[in-house]
Amino acid sequence: MAMNPTPSTSTADPVDTADEPAERKASGAQAVKSVGQGIGTRLYQLLAQIPLLLWSAMVIFPFLWMIVTSLKSDREILTDPFGWPAEFQWTNFERAWNTANIGTYFFNTILVMAMSLTGTLLVSAMAAYAISRFEFRGNRFIYLMFMAGLMFPVFLGLVPLYFLMDDLHLLNTYYGLALVYIAYSLPFTIFFMVGFFKSLPSEVAEAGIMDGASQFRVFFNIMLPMAKPGIIAMGIFNFLGQWNQFLLPLVLIQDEGKYVLSQGLNFLAIQQGYDNDYSALFAAMVIVMIPTLLVYIVFQRRLESGLTAGALKG
Amino acid sequence: MHYHKYRLIIPFMLPALILYGVFVLYPYARAFYISLTNWSGVSADMPFVGLDNYRDLLTDGRFLDALLRNGQLLIALPLGAILLALLFAALFTQGGAGILGSGFYRVVYFFPQVISAVIVGILFSYVYNPRYGLLNSTLETIGLDSLTRVWIGDPSTILWAIAFVFIWSAVGFYMVIFIASMQSIPTSFYEAAVLDGATRWRQFRDITLPLMWETIRTALIYIGIQALDMFVLVQVMTGGGSTSASRNAEVVAVYMYIEAFDKSRWGSAAAVGVILLLLTMLLSVVIMRVTRKETYEY
Repeated sequence: MAMNPTPSTSTADPVDTADEPAERKASGAQAVKSVGQGIGTRLYQLLAQIPLLLWSAMVIFPFLWMIVTSLKSDREILTDPFGWPAEFQWTNFERAWNTANIGTYFFNTILVMAMSLTGTLLVSAMAAYAISRFEFRGNRFIYLMFMAGLMFPVFLGLVPLYFLMDDLHLLNTYYGLALVYIAYSLPFTIFFMVGFFKSLPSEVAEAGIMDGASQFRVFFNIMLPMAKPGIIAMGIFNFLGQWNQFLLPLVLIQDEGKYVLSQGLNFLAIQQGYDNDYSALFAAMVIVMIPTLLVYIVFQRRLESGLTAGALKG
Repeated sequence: MHYHKYRLIIPFMLPALILYGVFVLYPYARAFYISLTNWSGVSADMPFVGLDNYRDLLTDGRFLDALLRNGQLLIALPLGAILLALLFAALFTQGGAGILGSGFYRVVYFFPQVISAVIVGILFSYVYNPRYGLLNSTLETIGLDSLTRVWIGDPSTILWAIAFVFIWSAVGFYMVIFIASMQSIPTSFYEAAVLDGATRWRQFRDITLPLMWETIRTALIYIGIQALDMFVLVQVMTGGGSTSASRNAEVVAVYMYIEAFDKSRWGSAAAVGVILLLLTMLLSVVIMRVTRKETYEY
């Protein structure tokens, strides 16, 4: 499908696609000028700024409001929703972290993701390597079976999954949640990595085999390092997906002390409705947002192509 | 090399196959069976009731209302998000020598997509707060007092207020996809059109749209699947169903969650899951059919 950026190009080549064709179009613009529509183009570019600026304001403003609100006192929030805080209330963050348990949820999330993210990348990379590099009976069938997982709504399996976890004594456990995260991350991660391994040259691996290296050594010492850009792309992608995951922990973790962030934040939002400690809630939202914001700023290009490739697996 | 290949393939495939089989495929398959029973969840015996759960659902007004809301979202979300995304993508790419600040716009527009939907939901439930929320305060400041509402507290506006939040967070995502698709169209097509004196609108209609049609179809299917879900935003913005108007935003996924985890009606909840799967598949087929056109190779 034309729209489907292939994994290899979208990761190995994180070029700014916005600017490059814009340069190509420069010649087009000159063509326009020569036919005497130069002013029209200028005007168009000027007018285009109006809706674009408006929408940016609509996106930025709520986030700015959130950050400013997180530094206000509860009283200021209620009496002057628009105003600037008289004094930055850094203690809001302290209350969010300690009293509202965001600190606990934060470490719970880190614990789950240390297992699930490592597991997702390792298990997917091994499976994708076997699928993409070896002919074996059922190869195609297994690949399609994983791809089918991209189509099914999680809601379909939710009830049986809950009871399965109960039977296996995995409810309310971090490693249980991590195992489920890994399982549900496999389809897309494998899809992406199969494409990636296929795009790598096979000569290096073959040379390794010739030199007497075992298949395992070839994988861990040669292929994995070569696949690093793909693994990083999937690491970022799954970091965001698992960090923001809400439905699975909502169902599988019911012990309040073991909540992960998005779930704990929702719990907090419902609670603060009664406690009226809005400033701590806003501080909590900022705390939960910061890691994703950092990841976004650092990996923006790569992430954009990864996420959109995800939607357009077509 | 091929002699011992299974010594690698088997240990490499097994972890993925076991995890996927146990936690994904098995629950999916078992959901079909549970949906045909009247299981209470505690006992080993699962009374088989055939299609009773499905019949009960299709005669349950609350379920049908929820279904109708997903139907409304199915129209509103694509209309809002896809059209806006197309507009912005066109503004970016159809302007000749690029748009000032395009890098900045892309970073900003895409940002809501990477933020947890839970944060977005909580943030907007405060934006919509009638007394000290950002929206009503803004409306009052610019003199549009008559437009102020209680938004998610009002049964008649709550669903649309939530739909807007979805559109707000999804526009950047679809825009980035559309920009990529538009930029893969060769510039020479436009140069030829300009020489023929085609207006910008005609270039968009007769060159851009037909050549990116495949992208739009896929985007429609994807946003359609999202419209059938909407669980997180609705769940969060109705305070888990605790606010006064929350019933007026109840979508199928939320209905299912209540059937399962509030009422322990597991058979019925599983049936809702199966219905969601069927709807997802039906939707994809319908969209593919309705939007079928000759595709252009270039």
